Amino acid sequence: MKFSILSGVLAASTAFGSAAQAQTEIQWWHAFTGRLGTLLAEQVDTFNASQSDYKVVASHKGNYSETLNAGIAAFRAGEQPDILMVFEVGTATMMAAKGAVKPIYQVMADAGEPFDPGAYLAAVKGYYTTTDGQMLSLPYNSSTPVLYVNRDALSAAGIDPDTDLSTWEKVGPVLDKLKASGSTCPMTTAWQSWVHLENLSAYHNVPFASKENGFAGLDTQLEFNGPVQVKHIDQMGKWAKDGKFIYAGRRNEGGANFRGGECALFTESSAGYAGVKAEAKFAFEIRPLPYWASVEGAPQNTIIGGSSLWVMEGKSDEAYKGVAKFLNFLSTPEIQAKWHQNTGYLPITTAAYDLTKEQGFYKENPGTDVAIIQMTSKAPTPNSKGLRLGSFDQIRGIIDEELEAVWAGDKSAQEAMDSAVTRGNVLLRRFEQANR
Amino acid sequence: MEKRVTFKGWLLPLILLTPQIIVTAVFFFYPAGQAVWQSLFIPDPFGLRSQFVGLGNFEYLLGDPYYRASFVTTAVFSTLVTLVSMGMALWLALLADRLIKGSGVYRTLLIWPYAVAPAVAGVLWLFMFNTRVGVVSWYLGLLGYDWNHVLNGSEAMGLVVVASSWGRISYNFLFFLAGLQAIPRSVIEAAAIDGAHFWTRFRTIVFPLLSPTTFFLLVVNVVYAFFETFGVIHTITGGGPQQSTTTLVYKVFSDGFVSQDLGSSAAQSVILLVVVGALTIVQFKFIERRVHY
Repeated sequence: MKFSILSGVLAASTAFGSAAQAQTEIQWWHAFTGRLGTLLAEQVDTFNASQSDYKVVASHKGNYSETLNAGIAAFRAGEQPDILMVFEVGTATMMAAKGAVKPIYQVMADAGEPFDPGAYLAAVKGYYTTTDGQMLSLPYNSSTPVLYVNRDALSAAGIDPDTDLSTWEKVGPVLDKLKASGSTCPMTTAWQSWVHLENLSAYHNVPFASKENGFAGLDTQLEFNGPVQVKHIDQMGKWAKDGKFIYAGRRNEGGANFRGGECALFTESSAGYAGVKAEAKFAFEIRPLPYWASVEGAPQNTIIGGSSLWVMEGKSDEAYKGVAKFLNFLSTPEIQAKWHQNTGYLPITTAAYDLTKEQGFYKENPGTDVAIIQMTSKAPTPNSKGLRLGSFDQIRGIIDEELEAVWAGDKSAQEAMDSAVTRGNVLLRRFEQANR
Repeated sequence: MEKRVTFKGWLLPLILLTPQIIVTAVFFFYPAGQAVWQSLFIPDPFGLRSQFVGLGNFEYLLGDPYYRASFVTTAVFSTLVTLVSMGMALWLALLADRLIKGSGVYRTLLIWPYAVAPAVAGVLWLFMFNTRVGVVSWYLGLLGYDWNHVLNGSEAMGLVVVASSWGRISYNFLFFLAGLQAIPRSVIEAAAIDGAHFWTRFRTIVFPLLSPTTFFLLVVNVVYAFFETFGVIHTITGGGPQQSTTTLVYKVFSDGFVSQDLGSSAAQSVILLVVVGALTIVQFKFIERRVHY
């Protein structure tokens, strides 16, 4: 099949003589379907139409994990794509793969393309940047957790829908009132580890792991069994026991309950905005993620989730030139602003943020800038740049298990966090050994 | 007495066996050998580096209490899946065998679920039992039962067992029905004339005569429950809550294909291979003796 297309193209190009120089194809493997897939395809089409030297071919390879696996398997077979989309959890895996990936700062320098890391939002690019300031991959879709509020549910429980929900201390009594008035789901969450441990730690400027959350070395140890995290998980466990926090599942299962109108409060990614807006038949509002006012220095900034684009090794200089041009194209304010406004993901550059402001988007869609303000209001610290931990997918799985033990009342918060740290550290040591 | 068919030369048997040997070598011995080899290393995902650790991966696994616990989970899960899928299938086959009118329609409908892919079956059951919006859990709620498989381990286990057994019932049904129809009518009629009731006939004649089919299905279903159920578990529970539905093969899948810990994953598949091999030997040694061919 491939061969016949190729020979067809060859035949056509010979037939038309030397009408055009052959285009360099750039393969981009990604994990998006549905609306996100359509928007991605639109970006590719726009780029392909804008010039004639390069042709980007985007291929969907399954979900995030499957795409990463496809990329790894292809690399082992010597057939890797030029660009691979990798979720934030896979960052440490990609970063450790020296010889398999080509850092983006190098791609740009070799291709002679203009590249200014300062143009990208510090909180976004920090996740993908080394401790000495070198950007390794290009952030593509980034989001951060926020609080979604069902205003109608608050009113129904006799609570002023404009009530202050900025701190967990203030959320507590609201949950009490909701429960007392008969709510079956005062609060739920998506991505519990990401929101209630990873972001909680960054937001309160406490370490999730040693060595700057893993940025400064593979010999990092988990440290999320500290007093701030335990206090929060303990409180969540109490709320779970009293039916004030409803656990719906490890991923974003809770979203269905919130969008259906059952739950009053919902902690979820800012990228959930489009879904809530499309489905919710009640007045809803986006608020910043609550923090513990009792913790000094809070709120710091929250960290991102999502994916970035990694450039793979083993391609021609010509291909890398095209890759550099394409990545720069993706970072242009117009493309980024459109992506941000259509999806609820964060704009990755300051210029795109400013453009969106200029266009009046935030005025027409109140709450859509909550996430970006929450992320950028303070300069990130070593505790709030992000996480770079090997085997992090498995560690998240362990955290999920231990949190479930707390929600079910089988373990205390301290026991569960201690156990998760011990089990996770074993995996970190294995990862360290594999990448020595 | 065993009957032996002997060939005169060695060329013909060799030619007849070669395709099977090639297939086994390429699709079984080669990958199994690779798994054993890989289980001695901790490689990085991209195959750029690899550390020889000897039996380190096995030490790491067997020293992990959570891994040891998943043996128990697997035993419970496989036993339940085998019992449920074979029991239901036998019962349905007995009923379908007695049908006079419309048996074709029943049979066709009963075979359909087999065509549903495990992951899709998982999603179907997940929708029905979704803790808060599922149809079944909603009706259970009306009856005063609070279904919550995302936090209740036993309910999660029950759900993955049912979802894994469901499609399998069709497969087993097909074999049981064929087995039942191969039993000569005359034997059963003779027993009926002697005054044996349905249950007596089933216990003393039908079930013993069905034993080759039952034994075959037992082996096949245990292998199924061990190896082919990770799709269902992945879609419904992801191994949770806590570790209550993390079976051995699910761990192989999630450590290897989701988390890229290839050394551990290879070591786990070697352990699994040994366990299932031992189990099959036990079945052939002790249960097959009671099978009447």
